[in-house]
Amino acid sequence: MSWLSSFWRTSIGGKMTMAVTGLLLFGFVVAHLLGNLQLLQGPDAINEYAKMLHDLGPLLWVARIGLLVVFVVHVVTAVRLSQANKQARPVPYASEATVQATMASRSMVLSGLSLLVFVIYHLLHFTLGVTNPGHFAMKTSGAGGFDVYAMVSNSFANPAIALAYAAFQLVLFLHLSHGIQSFAQTVGIHHKRYTPMIKTLSFLLALVVAGGNALLALSVQVGLVEVAR
Amino acid sequence: MNLDARIPDGPIQEKWDRRKFELKLVNPANKRKYKVLVVGSGLAGAAAAASMAELGYQVECFCYQDSPRRAHSIAAQGGINAAKNYRNDGDSVWRLFYDTVKGGDFRAREANVYRLAQCSVNIIDQAVAQGVPFARDYSGLLDNRSFGGAQVSRTFYARGQTGQQLLLGAYAALSRQIHAGQVKMFNRTEMLDLVVVDGHAKGIVVRDMVSGEVRAHAGDAVVLATGGYGNVFYLSTNAKGCNVTAAWRAHKRGAGFANPCYTQIHPTCIPVSGDHQSKLTLMSESLRNDGRVWVPKKPKDTRPPNQIPEDERDYYLERKYPSFGNLAPRDIASRAAKEACDKGLGIGETGLGVYLDFRDAIARLGKEAIKARYGNLFHMYSKITAEDPYSQPMRIYPAVHYTMGGLWVDYDLQSTIPGLFVAGEANFSDHGANRLGASALMQGLCDGYFVVPATIAGYLAGQKPGGVDGKHPAFRASIKEIEDRVKQLLSIQGGRTVDEFHKALGKIMWDKCGMARNEQGLNEALREIPALREEFWRDVKVLGDGMTLNQSLEKAGRVADFLEFGELLCRDALERRESCGGHFREEWQDDGEARRDDEHFAHVAVWEYQGDVKDAVRHQEELQFENVQLAVRSYK
Amino acid sequence: MKVTLHIWRQSQPSDRHAQSARDFQRDGRMVRYELDDVSPDMSFLEMLDVLNEHLIKKGEEPVAFDHDCREGICGACGVVINGVAHGPEKGTTTCQLHMRSFRDGAEIYVEPWRAKAFPVVRDLIVDRSAFDRVVQNGAYVSVNTGAPQDANATPVPKADADKAFDAATCIGCGACVAACKNASAMLFVGAKVSHFVHLPQGRVEREERARNLVTAMDEEGFGNCTNQYECEAVCPKEIPVRVIADMNREFLRAKVREE
Repeated sequence: MSWLSSFWRTSIGGKMTMAVTGLLLFGFVVAHLLGNLQLLQGPDAINEYAKMLHDLGPLLWVARIGLLVVFVVHVVTAVRLSQANKQARPVPYASEATVQATMASRSMVLSGLSLLVFVIYHLLHFTLGVTNPGHFAMKTSGAGGFDVYAMVSNSFANPAIALAYAAFQLVLFLHLSHGIQSFAQTVGIHHKRYTPMIKTLSFLLALVVAGGNALLALSVQVGLVEVAR
Repeated sequence: MNLDARIPDGPIQEKWDRRKFELKLVNPANKRKYKVLVVGSGLAGAAAAASMAELGYQVECFCYQDSPRRAHSIAAQGGINAAKNYRNDGDSVWRLFYDTVKGGDFRAREANVYRLAQCSVNIIDQAVAQGVPFARDYSGLLDNRSFGGAQVSRTFYARGQTGQQLLLGAYAALSRQIHAGQVKMFNRTEMLDLVVVDGHAKGIVVRDMVSGEVRAHAGDAVVLATGGYGNVFYLSTNAKGCNVTAAWRAHKRGAGFANPCYTQIHPTCIPVSGDHQSKLTLMSESLRNDGRVWVPKKPKDTRPPNQIPEDERDYYLERKYPSFGNLAPRDIASRAAKEACDKGLGIGETGLGVYLDFRDAIARLGKEAIKARYGNLFHMYSKITAEDPYSQPMRIYPAVHYTMGGLWVDYDLQSTIPGLFVAGEANFSDHGANRLGASALMQGLCDGYFVVPATIAGYLAGQKPGGVDGKHPAFRASIKEIEDRVKQLLSIQGGRTVDEFHKALGKIMWDKCGMARNEQGLNEALREIPALREEFWRDVKVLGDGMTLNQSLEKAGRVADFLEFGELLCRDALERRESCGGHFREEWQDDGEARRDDEHFAHVAVWEYQGDVKDAVRHQEELQFENVQLAVRSYK
Repeated sequence: MKVTLHIWRQSQPSDRHAQSARDFQRDGRMVRYELDDVSPDMSFLEMLDVLNEHLIKKGEEPVAFDHDCREGICGACGVVINGVAHGPEKGTTTCQLHMRSFRDGAEIYVEPWRAKAFPVVRDLIVDRSAFDRVVQNGAYVSVNTGAPQDANATPVPKADADKAFDAATCIGCGACVAACKNASAMLFVGAKVSHFVHLPQGRVEREERARNLVTAMDEEGFGNCTNQYECEAVCPKEIPVRVIADMNREFLRAKVREE
C-alpha cells in the first residue's frame, strides 16, 4: 500500500494512475455502449439484458463499487495533478500561443469536468431516478422488473434531453481521442511506426464510442426507436 | 623570469611515465585537506575539476555562464583526434605527434606534444565510458573522418556536435562530483584577480554577477582553464562572453604570457553580413572532406556560381597543394582565401568570400549521404544566410577562431607563478604557431583529465594545506582594487558604449594584426590601441550599478582588459620577425608561403609584465627539436 | 525594417518562494519600444543589441538577456517571442532566429521563460539552475577518470547510438519548460534518461537513474506532462517526445523492480 501511495505521489506515478484508470473507464464505456445498443433491437432484448445485470446481485455491487473507486481515483488524481501543474506555472504570458497541441489535449480538464457533471446527471436520471421519476418508475408487464426500454425511449423522446446527451458525446469524443493515445505514451509505448497508428486508432475508437452513444441518444428523434407507451 | 620547462629526461616515449613516477604524491587521506580552485568549466576546467574531486581534493569551480555546461567548448563541431589507428591506415602516436609539431610550424614543445598524442588514446576510452555517443558504423564500432593537416582518418566525431557531446561528458562527471559534495560550483561568477602570497598562487577574487558581491576564495592551488582571447578582434567564432580577463590578471600578477601573436584564423566561416554583426559562425573544417573550395578565374565575376563553367573556376587549394588539396591546414587555407580576395576574385557583395562547393560530392554520394554527414551544419548555414547549400555553394571567409598563445607553462602545466596551473586553450603549450583541426578538444581533455590532476600533486605535496585564508591582507587589497575599478567604470558616464570601443579595437586588430601583418601596420596599431584605451577610460558609458546583474559593466571590465592585452599581442607580432603558422609577416614570405627563421626564432616568446604593457619584457624559451627534423612545412 | 517591441522589464530578481500572478505584476512590466533601423539579415539578438545601444545612448539601462555562443549550441539564450519559446522558426534557438522571419512593422512580444522552477533574475534572464540540480542527481555514468576498457571493446548498434545521440543533443535551454502549459521538464529529463538507456555504458545504473532523476525533477517544482507536445514543437534540437515515453517506461520498470 505504501508503495502504491508513494508511486501515486510522484509525477509519473500520477500520470500512470490517470492512464490506467482512464483505460478501465474506457473499457466500461465500451461495455456500456455494447449493452445499450440492444435498445435498437427492441424492448425485449434490452430489458432482458437489464434483468441479467440486476440478477447478478452482490456481483453487481462489487462491479459498481469497483467502478466507483476507479472513477474517484481518476478524478482525485486529475485534481491533484492539475493543481500541481497550475502551481508550476503561476505566471501567464502576456502573449500566449499554441504551436502543435490539439484542442482535445488542451481541454482535458474542461472536458473531464464536463463529463463529471454529465455522469452525475446521468446517474440521477437513469440510476437513481431523481430527475425524471415518472420514466424511472415504469415497470415491464411480464417479469415486473424495470422497464428500461420504456424509461430510455420516453426520456429520449424529449428533444432537450436527447440533444443534451448527444452534446455530451462530443465532449466524450474529445476526452477519449486524446486520452486513449495518451495512455500509450504515458505507459511508455512510443514507436516510429506504431505511434501514428495508435493516434489514428485513438481517434477512431473515440469516434465510434461517442458516435454510438450519440446514436442511442438521438435514436427516438431519428425514428430508430419507438417510444413505449 | 624562470623559464625552465622542467622536461623529464629520457627518450620522448618515456618522459610522461618518468614524470609521473618522479612526482611526489599526496596520500589519499591528506588529499581532502587541499583545496583547488578551478576557473572555467569547459573541457579542460570541467575535466580537471571532476578528476581532481574524484581523487579526493576539495574543489571549487567557477564559471561566468549560468551553468557549467555552456562553456564555449560546446561549440566545437567537427571532432577530436586520437591515434587509435582503428582504420589501419598507418596512424600511430608518433604520427599524431609528428603531424601536430609540423602543423604547428615547429613552434611547439616536443615533449608536451608527444604526451598529448599518447593521452589522445585514453581520452576516447574515457569519453565512451562516460556515455558520449560518438558516431558509429554498422558494425557498432567507432567511425572516423579526416581533418586538415593529416593524411589519415583519426578524427572521432558525434555528428557536427562533437564538442558538445564531449563537454556534456565532462559536465556530467563534474555534476556527479558536485552531488558528492566534492566540488562546489559557482555559476555566474567571474574571476577578476589572482591573489599571490609569498610568490605562490593562493586564491582568486571573483564577482558574483547576480548580486554584484566581490569576494575572495582562498585555495592551495589555482587552475586556470579560461579559454582563449580571440574576442580581442571583436568579431570571432568565440562566444560573446569569452574574454582574456582571468589570464590577463594572472599575467599582471606575474605569470608569463607566451606567444600572444599566435592567433588562428579559421578558413571556413560564414562571411560578415553587415555592421550589426555580433559574431562569426564557423562551418566545420570537416566540410572540406567533401566540399571543394574555389573562386571564379575572372575578377568581379558576378554570375551566379552555378552558371560559372568548370574551366572558369579556380580550385586554388587543389591547384596549389595537390597532395593535401582541400584539406590543407587552416593557416594555409585562410591565407590562400585572402590572397584570392586580394586579387579581386572574391565573391559575394563584399568581395570577401570564396565558394565551398558540394556539387560534386552530392553527385558522387547522393544528397542523403551528405545530409547524414553534415545535415546540422547545412541547416545552420541556411538559417543564417537564407541560402540552400545543397543547391548552391556555400560562401565562406576566414575568421578569428582560436588562439595558440596563452599563459606560459612548464611541462607540468604550471605557470611562472608556483601553484598556478593553466590548462586548455588558456595555455600556450601544444599547438605551436598553428593548431590542427580536431586538436583543441584533444588538448583540453588531455590537460583536464590526465595532466593537471597528476602534476598538481607534485606541487601540493610541498605545501601546507590551508596555509592562507581569505582574510589575508592580499585578498583584502585585491577586493578593494576590484571594487574601486567597478566604481570608476560606473562613474565615467561618457558618450560611447562599451561595444563601440570593442568594435573599434577589433577593427584595429583585424586590419593591422589579422591574417597578414607588417611592421608599419603593427606600429600604427601600437599607437592607436593606447590612444583608444585612454579614450575608453575617459568616455565610456556604463549605466546601472554594481550591486545588480549588469551586463554592460561585465563587458566594460573585459573590454578594458582587451584594450591592454591587444597592445601586447601587437608587440609580440612586431617582435616576431618571421612568418610561422598563424603569424604571417608580409616581410617574410616566399610568394605567399610563410618563411620561418629557425635560426633566430625557434623559441617561445614569453612576456613579463612590468607595470605597463609598453614596458613588458620579452624573454625566450629556446625550443629543442630532438625527435623531429626542422623542415620547411610543405603541403604541396 | 521597423518593429514595435513589447519587452518584459524587471530590475530585481523574483522571490523564488512567493511566485503568484500578483507578485509577477509587482516584479516588472511590459515596456514598449520602437525600432526602425532593423535589417532582415540581423539575428534576433543582434536586433536586441541595436535596441540596447539606443537605450544606453538615451541613458536607459539596456535589456538584460542571456546569450553566449550565438550559434545555437550553448543553450544560454532563449526568450518567448509572441507566445512561442525561441520564436516562430522550427528547430531554431533565439540566437539563430533572423529578423527576416518577421514582417516589416511587426509587433513583437518578448518575455522571459515562465515557470516556478525558473525564477526571473532580471528582465529576460531566468535562473535555470534547477536543470543542473536534476542532472547532479544521476544524469551520468558513475565512472572515474582513469583507464577504462578500449573504446571499441563494446560495440553499440548504430541504431542505438543514433537514438542516444538524438536525446543527448539537448542543449538545456529550457524552452520545453517555457512552452509547456504546466512548466513540465519531462522533455529535458526524458532526454537524459533516454540518452543513457540506449547505451550499454548507461544501462548499469538505469534504475537508480530513472528514480533519482524523476524525484529530483518533482522536487524542483516542475509540472507534469499532459502529452500536449508543445515542448517538442519548440525544442531547438527537435528532441522527440519519444524520450518522455522512454522515461515513463524506465521509471515504471525501476519502481516495479524496487526492493
